[in-house]
Amino acid sequence: MARELILGAVAYDAKVVPIWEGFRAFFGANGLPFDFVLYSNYERQVAAHLRGDFDVAWNSPLAWLQAERAAAKHGRRAEAIAMRDTDRDLTSVVLVRAESGVRELRDLAGKAVGVGAHDSPQATLIPLAAIAEAGVEVRAVHNDVLVGKHGDHIGGERDAVRALLAGTVDAACVIDGNRLAFAREGLFAPNALRVVHQTAPYDHCNFTILDGAPTELIGKFRELLLAMSYDDPQLRPLLDMEGLKAWLPGRTTGYAALARAIERFGTIDAWLASVR
Amino acid sequence: MIVELADLAFDEGAHLLVDRGLREAERIEVRGTAPTLAVDLPAWCRARGHDVARTEQGFAIVRGSADRWRGAERAGQVDAPAEHAPARWGLAARGALVEAGAPELDLPLADKDELWADEAARLYAQAAAAQWDPATAIPWDAPISHPDEVEDAIVQIMTYLIENETAALLVPARFLGRVHPHFREIVQLLAIQTADEARHIEVFTRRARLRRGTLGLSTAGGQASLATLFDEPTFAIASFLLSVLGEGSFLSLLWFIREHAPDLCTREVARLAAQDEARHVAFGLAHLQRHVATDPALRDQLAAAIEHRHAALAHTAGLNAEVFDALILLAAGSWSPADLRRGHAAVVDLQRTMDDGRKQRLARLGFSPERGAALSALHTRNFM
Repeated sequence: MARELILGAVAYDAKVVPIWEGFRAFFGANGLPFDFVLYSNYERQVAAHLRGDFDVAWNSPLAWLQAERAAAKHGRRAEAIAMRDTDRDLTSVVLVRAESGVRELRDLAGKAVGVGAHDSPQATLIPLAAIAEAGVEVRAVHNDVLVGKHGDHIGGERDAVRALLAGTVDAACVIDGNRLAFAREGLFAPNALRVVHQTAPYDHCNFTILDGAPTELIGKFRELLLAMSYDDPQLRPLLDMEGLKAWLPGRTTGYAALARAIERFGTIDAWLASVR
Repeated sequence: MIVELADLAFDEGAHLLVDRGLREAERIEVRGTAPTLAVDLPAWCRARGHDVARTEQGFAIVRGSADRWRGAERAGQVDAPAEHAPARWGLAARGALVEAGAPELDLPLADKDELWADEAARLYAQAAAAQWDPATAIPWDAPISHPDEVEDAIVQIMTYLIENETAALLVPARFLGRVHPHFREIVQLLAIQTADEARHIEVFTRRARLRRGTLGLSTAGGQASLATLFDEPTFAIASFLLSVLGEGSFLSLLWFIREHAPDLCTREVARLAAQDEARHVAFGLAHLQRHVATDPALRDQLAAAIEHRHAALAHTAGLNAEVFDALILLAAGSWSPADLRRGHAAVVDLQRTMDDGRKQRLARLGFSPERGAALSALHTRNFM
């Protein structure tokens, strides 16, 4: 049997299984033997990637930095080969209640800010770093839904907004698209919450390879990925589930804000020291 | 093109205006004053694959190339069913634009020739207009003054009617789930037909229980006859045996009960049920006439089905003697020899009427008088 390309992904939700099964069928039908391994958390996935247990990782932005830095520790190199169109130029927002006296980040000094899980780039690390970079000290109230999943599960963000609505925190941090999604769910009425800060744009997930990855298989993988068309009715449900219209080449220019955040908070220091 | 949102926010429906703009032009400029616009609009565009950039006064959007509706297909024309409805149209309304990639449902009855009758829409409308409420349409309190044994005969006849109407409900219901809903009128008609039968089962049961706490007899032969309808996998043949021959004969039976029943309540139950059954027969005949016209070989299959069913039932007793006798007693209305003679003659006459009706309907399907007479004679002795 021809060598398969093996992908590592984190099972942050039950839908992860049909997504990768769908990709497996797609790649298989297009001449690329493909399989996947699911991990319960990104730390385990990155460690397994470094060990060479699989070829390409579907990484959160934090896992990308973990892989990049852990690889560098051993003189190795990580590369982001593709990402979703929806992984580019996201922003996070800091929300307050409409009647709140908070008008800008400065007004949050000493106040409680609801954030997502400890390891969520979008709902915790990036917005908290933005607040800290503005010279404001706040009390972060974490909503640790599924730690290790790097905030892929949006339950933590929803809980942060609920806490804001209930008055137990003074602000809440969410990804821009989730503000709208929660409003549409009816979680809060239009105009019930105000945006006091929007972060600079940053990037989200990517497919990561390490040096030594099987060049030909990776090349085929990337080529098939970038050619996936939303017009194809067989692929469309898969792309809808994964939340994209098109795959784009990977880029690593959008991870600077997160890198500053993890350096400020020492988020991955202990892990990086422990990983071999 | 400039799209003005005024102060409408994206969590208040602003996307409708942006979507409308993007339908009309590939590039639009969006302006608005909602405080969350700068957060929501780029996030919304990102999720939909549109490019967005800030301009001096708002946002410039370039429509993305992803289009869910590329390759979509109309599920035929709303007013005219297609000759064949593909499984990929699924449950879509006839004439709807169907996104490619919808799940293909297992709907094997998908050919117009197999199912269609031009009269279907009219028959459905008639059926919908003629629905009656058992609670108010039947004079349940009408006086009953006939002898106890005539009442027992009525209970036996009702027991038999319930059993047969149960078959008349379940047989079309089993096909209903297999008809491609593109043939909307047929689905509607079969649905209302099953609803008719449900109502008949109710009123026959209620009539039987007016004076009695238990029901009558159910024979193995009667059930064997109905089972052959149940086992028939072909819609045309099942419809032929059930509606054209079975319900057609039943129509004569219900008219007989309406004419001879001693009490108003029984007569009304039969009259109202007969109204409904007449429509069922009309639909069966209409779609089979059309089907036979397009596929004359079907006629031989229909004839073979009668012969096959006759052979399958050869070892059974057919109509149970209790039902036969109950019909005589019902028509007689008393135990007097003169009344019984009259009742007996009426039942013999009923069988002749049924036979005549079957022959007429077979003639409408293009069977010669001789062939029709021979086939009618082979019809189950259980009537249905």
